[in-house]
Amino acid sequence: MKKLAKALSFTLAAATVLSTTAFADDTFKIGSIGPVTGPAAAYGSAVMNAAQIAVDEINEAGGVNGALLEFNPQDDTLDAEAAVNAYNKLKDWGMQMLLGTVTSACCIEVESYAVEDNMFLLTPSGSAVDCITAGDNAFRVCFSDPDQGAASARYIGENGLAEKVGVIYDSSDVYSSGIFATFRAEAENQPFEIVEDAVGAFTADSKTDFSVQLQKAKDAGVDLVYLPIYYNEASLIFTQAAAMDFSPLWFGVDGMDGILSVDGFDNSLAEGVMLLTPFSADAEDELTQNFVAKYQDLYGEVPNQFAADAYDGVYAIKAALEASGATADMSASEICDLLKVAMTEISLDGLTGTGMTWDASGEPTKAPKAVVIEDGAYKGM
Amino acid sequence: MTGMKKKKLISNFITYGIVIIAFIIVQIMQSTGNLSSMMTGLLVPLCVYVVLAVSLNLVVGISGELSLGHAGFMCIGAFAGAFFSKCTQNTITVGGLRFFLALLIGAAFAALFGLLIGIPVLRLKGDYLAIVTLAFGEIIKNVINVFYVGVDSHGVHVSMKDQFSLGMEPDGMLILNGPQGITGTPKDASFLAGIILILVTLFVVLNLIDSRDGRAIKSIRDNRIAAESIGINITKYKLMAFTVSAALAGAAGSLYAHNLATLQAKKFDYNLSILALVFVVLGGIGNIRGSVIAAVVLTALPELLRDMAEYRMLIYAIVLIVMMIFNWAPKALEWRERYLGRFFRKSVKEGK
Repeated sequence: MKKLAKALSFTLAAATVLSTTAFADDTFKIGSIGPVTGPAAAYGSAVMNAAQIAVDEINEAGGVNGALLEFNPQDDTLDAEAAVNAYNKLKDWGMQMLLGTVTSACCIEVESYAVEDNMFLLTPSGSAVDCITAGDNAFRVCFSDPDQGAASARYIGENGLAEKVGVIYDSSDVYSSGIFATFRAEAENQPFEIVEDAVGAFTADSKTDFSVQLQKAKDAGVDLVYLPIYYNEASLIFTQAAAMDFSPLWFGVDGMDGILSVDGFDNSLAEGVMLLTPFSADAEDELTQNFVAKYQDLYGEVPNQFAADAYDGVYAIKAALEASGATADMSASEICDLLKVAMTEISLDGLTGTGMTWDASGEPTKAPKAVVIEDGAYKGM
Repeated sequence: MTGMKKKKLISNFITYGIVIIAFIIVQIMQSTGNLSSMMTGLLVPLCVYVVLAVSLNLVVGISGELSLGHAGFMCIGAFAGAFFSKCTQNTITVGGLRFFLALLIGAAFAALFGLLIGIPVLRLKGDYLAIVTLAFGEIIKNVINVFYVGVDSHGVHVSMKDQFSLGMEPDGMLILNGPQGITGTPKDASFLAGIILILVTLFVVLNLIDSRDGRAIKSIRDNRIAAESIGINITKYKLMAFTVSAALAGAAGSLYAHNLATLQAKKFDYNLSILALVFVVLGGIGNIRGSVIAAVVLTALPELLRDMAEYRMLIYAIVLIVMMIFNWAPKALEWRERYLGRFFRKSVKEGK
């Protein structure tokens, strides 16, 4: 009896020891949460890597308001429950600002806690509307889903790209179905129609075979297939469509970015694919080229849009900290109160847009860029 | 005979005692501000997994059937409970009462499905039973994935296509959004509620085991033919264990759902069923107290290892393997008996 009670209290005591680790007051502590392991590890790792690059750059240049930045990435394995644990762990560490979380569903969960704590939250890539609606403490770097869906529909309509449109989307993903919902709403005002028979849904459990969805789209005779999905599934779709001799126009969103770096994917299949993205690794401005070179140097791959969003996120926090004059010895709540005002005042020239601004709702204002893949590279449209 | 009874009673009270002492320790730590945010956040999930493990042990350990679909019952309980709370959010404003009803509803729905699924499934045994329960667990998850349910002034709308075909009025509220599940469930769960649920679960399971019905269930496990020959109704007793277990898993699911703002069916995949089985096996099949301890240790471990960054999942796996060997390998048992046996016996005497 004694022994077992001891064993139990040991577990609890171990946690207390961890919680009381001393921390210095002369650094700004930025936490981040994302899937570093598991099915979405590619996105989480990209964010953590790029944020680390940005933090190191800032520290080399002397830090912010006389204090250095400290960055602590935590894994959530794409699970909302683990994301909350990670958030609590970061709070114990003394986190003052949260860059994250990376994915939408986890972000909604964490935000419900961050609001209560008045913790500043800047999600690099959580694009679902609800990620930042729970309170005024939350902001985001990427576009929200409705923005993208409506912008895609307008782009297709205004440029007369198609008359009959098919869609393949992931109904288990907030990101994908959110974009599709607004795409469908905006499509009613546009001169093309979405063919109901050619709307194919899949879920996270069934994302390896798309022949049914493609056959339906083919039978319906659509001219364009809209793909509000991530590039991994898109690469399978292109390969399977080529095998069944189906070649409509393809139109993607920012999740499509990265398609040219999929292992074992024949890049010629992506020829002519159009996508809306705020970032392309082939852009020729100095900022992008420096970032891409540094990222490739350190991690051996071409950064995707998640990485770019995270990099901009860190610089947005830096700009807001400078504008607000916050100091490192303030509590998370005090910093949050300052930052949520400062965020609406700054303007940032970053990788994912120039002159980015934020409003009090937390949404960024930047122009989406449409690009087309030609000769294995992005070209502006 | 009375000696055995007394021994059992003491053993049961030790199990209750551990839970109550853990509760008191946590309360003291919390009131003196010694409990980290991470542990505070982990309290309710720990309760959820303890209840899940204990309920599964009833099927695996006591009734001797290998079930791999336990997450499915938890899923039903979670969605039934969350659905109820979401619908009555504005009508029942007392959080405690609403949560209590949600727990009952979660347990009732899970019990119903446990009964319905148990009738065909329990005709099988061994590996066949394991495979079929695995399939049912996945079926439950996928069926919930295709439902879209909304409520507006005209009543309830149900669709199996997508949320646009619900045809709701603008004032309507989308409750179940297909694979994206239920968001915005009121966070009614508390550690106290979790502890009470654990105690109720232990009370139900331990009393069932020691009752006449429990002995019948165990006799079926130990020798089916002998049990049948003395007139024990095999189907009835197997179903009883299976349904009670499903109901408790449903209550655990309801507790889980009221601790998080987002609830998605994909969480309840076979990984969770296996995890529950790992708790049971590691704690000792048929050993209820072992399940409680194993669930607590294995749920807390990956979180306590967060400081190891990317190695934590690797270390978690290694710890799991080492613990399994230490607990179950014949050689390890022999070694334990030889070197630690003396020590253990001594401490038992001291405890008395």
